[in-house]
Amino acid sequence: MLNLSPQDWQGIWLTLKLCCYTTLILLVVATPIAWWLARGHSLIKTLVQAIVALPLVLPPTVLGFYLLTALGPKGPVGGALVAMGLQPLAFTFNGILLGSVIYSLPFAVQPLQQAFTAMGQRPLEVAASLGAGPIARLYSVVLPLCKGGFVVAATLAFAHTLGEFGVVLMLGGSIPGETRVLSILIYDHAESLDFAAAQRLALLLLAFSFAVLFVVYGLNRRRPFGPGVKNHA
Amino acid sequence: MTIFKKLLAASALLLLTQFAYGQTVTVATAASVRYAMDELAADFHQQYPKWQLRVVYGSSGKLTAQIQNGAPFDLFYAADMHWPQLLEKGGFAATKTQPYAVGRLVLWHPGSTQPIALDDLASASVHRLAIAQPSHAPYGLRAQQVLQAKGLWQKVQSKLVFGENIGQTAQMVKSGAAQMGLVALSLVKTPDVDPKTYQLVDASLHQPLVQGFIVTKQGEKNAGAKLFVTFMHSPKAAKVLEKHGFQTPN
Repeated sequence: MLNLSPQDWQGIWLTLKLCCYTTLILLVVATPIAWWLARGHSLIKTLVQAIVALPLVLPPTVLGFYLLTALGPKGPVGGALVAMGLQPLAFTFNGILLGSVIYSLPFAVQPLQQAFTAMGQRPLEVAASLGAGPIARLYSVVLPLCKGGFVVAATLAFAHTLGEFGVVLMLGGSIPGETRVLSILIYDHAESLDFAAAQRLALLLLAFSFAVLFVVYGLNRRRPFGPGVKNHA
Repeated sequence: MTIFKKLLAASALLLLTQFAYGQTVTVATAASVRYAMDELAADFHQQYPKWQLRVVYGSSGKLTAQIQNGAPFDLFYAADMHWPQLLEKGGFAATKTQPYAVGRLVLWHPGSTQPIALDDLASASVHRLAIAQPSHAPYGLRAQQVLQAKGLWQKVQSKLVFGENIGQTAQMVKSGAAQMGLVALSLVKTPDVDPKTYQLVDASLHQPLVQGFIVTKQGEKNAGAKLFVTFMHSPKAAKVLEKHGFQTPN
């Protein structure tokens, strides 16, 4: 029924790969940041919190432009990579992966931070008094109590990366199989006046995005996600 | 945490099935050559099955900036001579800029099958006229030159909408967002566009649309890139280009 071309499948596959990697990296990166932010207040924490939230308000072209100049062969990061005999990151899959991680960072940090804050210190203190070490506390207290926060963080990071356009457009260069993700491919189809192909992929993304949110809200209703994050997402 | 396990399993699967590109040539192509290049890429692959063409489209100016910033393109087929020559001067090219096609500008007005004179563009019945960005799209610059030569540039200012490249400009016209536009002949010379809805613009009103290509510094090492350049000089390729509205330079 959908009649997708090999080019479309390549785009779908690439997009899923980007979303999975981004989500995975974000869960690892965002957890300690959220944990640190959830514990107490200080000027430096407010500062970090503002920086983490920047991608929420920053035009993606601004982020894309900075990344492009930093990661290109003449930029500080790209230049250093070239000096080490490696490829600069601009116009590569790893480049857009880095862009996606930064772009979706607040979507992973914020639900986790809320879940950690809502959990509070008390359960950890109780566990510690019962003799649980740091690792045991992480596995038997934090993860089960904040499971909802992790699910929301992962879902939002995934969905937000799926909808990424401006950053990938600036930093990616629409290379098939490398940086031409679905949102770019739709743009490309429309530009080649193939409105039918653009329509098919747009519909696919619409249905998928709706399904993701529907499932999240459905789970939320049935089994509230951990303390305090009920109405996130 | 099953979710972590699932994610781990998914990523392991992704790692295992990384794209195994064998022999590819990445070609940065001006949007005006889009349809021709799609066909040429297929023909090339048919003739040399072990080589696959990856084609990236955009405005010539944007693609030039991308090459300057390290984009992994082996070849660059531009919409004029200026942009590839700029790369040549900057040391990004392995060859001199050579012409491969000559394009034409058309006035496309899908809403009407009657010819429309350029002078009529200033009339009140024309609300929106699409052209490509003159600053980085050669067809946009030629459109600006035509309007200036006709003394219309100031008069149509308030009606102009700009596409990032000539493909997006054609998209604005096709979707009806702009009533008409100055676009590349190669983008409307397709079976689904009524030839009565466009007419050629007098080529003496603008700089010629001689389109040039280069092999980039990166492409120098790619044997497939050289093969494709040779293929593009073949009578077969010339036929494809002509079919899509290009003249081939002698």
